[in-house]
Amino acid sequence: MSLRVGVVTFPGSLDDRDAARAVRIAGGEAVSLWHGDDDLKKVDAVVLPGGFSYGDYLRCGAIARFAPVMNSVVERANAGMPVLGICNGFQILCESHLLPGALTRNDSLHFMCRDQRLRIENSTSSWTSDFMAGQEIVIPLKNGEGGYVADERTLDALEAEGRVVARYLDMNPNGSRRDIAGICNERGNVVGLMPHPEHAVESLTGPTTDGIPFFTSVLKSLVNA
Amino acid sequence: MARVVVDVMLKPEILDPQGRAVAGSLRRLGLTGVTDVRQGKQFIIDLDGVVEGARLELIETLAAELLSNPVIEDYKLQVIEDPA
Repeated sequence: MSLRVGVVTFPGSLDDRDAARAVRIAGGEAVSLWHGDDDLKKVDAVVLPGGFSYGDYLRCGAIARFAPVMNSVVERANAGMPVLGICNGFQILCESHLLPGALTRNDSLHFMCRDQRLRIENSTSSWTSDFMAGQEIVIPLKNGEGGYVADERTLDALEAEGRVVARYLDMNPNGSRRDIAGICNERGNVVGLMPHPEHAVESLTGPTTDGIPFFTSVLKSLVNA
Repeated sequence: MARVVVDVMLKPEILDPQGRAVAGSLRRLGLTGVTDVRQGKQFIIDLDGVVEGARLELIETLAAELLSNPVIEDYKLQVIEDPA
């Protein structure tokens, strides 16, 4: 029986199809979840995909946070279910307080779209265990509000606890504090990532296939759980 | 009738790239002496009835949890009874 990974569609989600495809390529069963339904359909993990939920009105992720599906996601995440938020999904995780900090307007004010080199700093989270610590990867990045901010004490705690999951290399595309591209919660089951691993799972369409291990990691972590 | 006005501003320590771009524009358009610009949001909420007690508390909560993000923003809330 293959493991079930839910992918939530909010009004304005863009990358839900690609996320579901990445789940399938990694060997899982992708299950579509709807923002207005708090039924998680017995999934084992959830991906909050990229896009512009609710048009990014108010603040990115601010309205999605109150969608019925998020009540269930927050409850299950707090009980240990793996959750990956990509781009807008990362913003929703921060707005939901599943992850600390916030994502703000890129310091350049430009929307950034590029193949971005990253260093995986944490290879123990539910979504990164198939990487080696220190491994360098290239996956697409595309955001207008991807600048990660948190107060200095929170940043120090994230560093000290090994909760910086990935860091930007070569250049900092959005002014994120300490070049942070992704973080996880204390337990390591909830990961937020600004770049897009789901767009780097096939050589035909991606710059690399470096995104696949995010999705194989979670499937293995579920088997071993 | 009552009106609640909520002003939301980025906290002083949070970089405001939009404000910085506006400052650049103001200078280019000839305004001298501009030292800083911060850009915020204002919500004007019109309601029937009076705003007090539990209803005011709910508005405070919503201002803190929906209208602003306490990680990066501060808010100020003002109640105007019988706005003209």
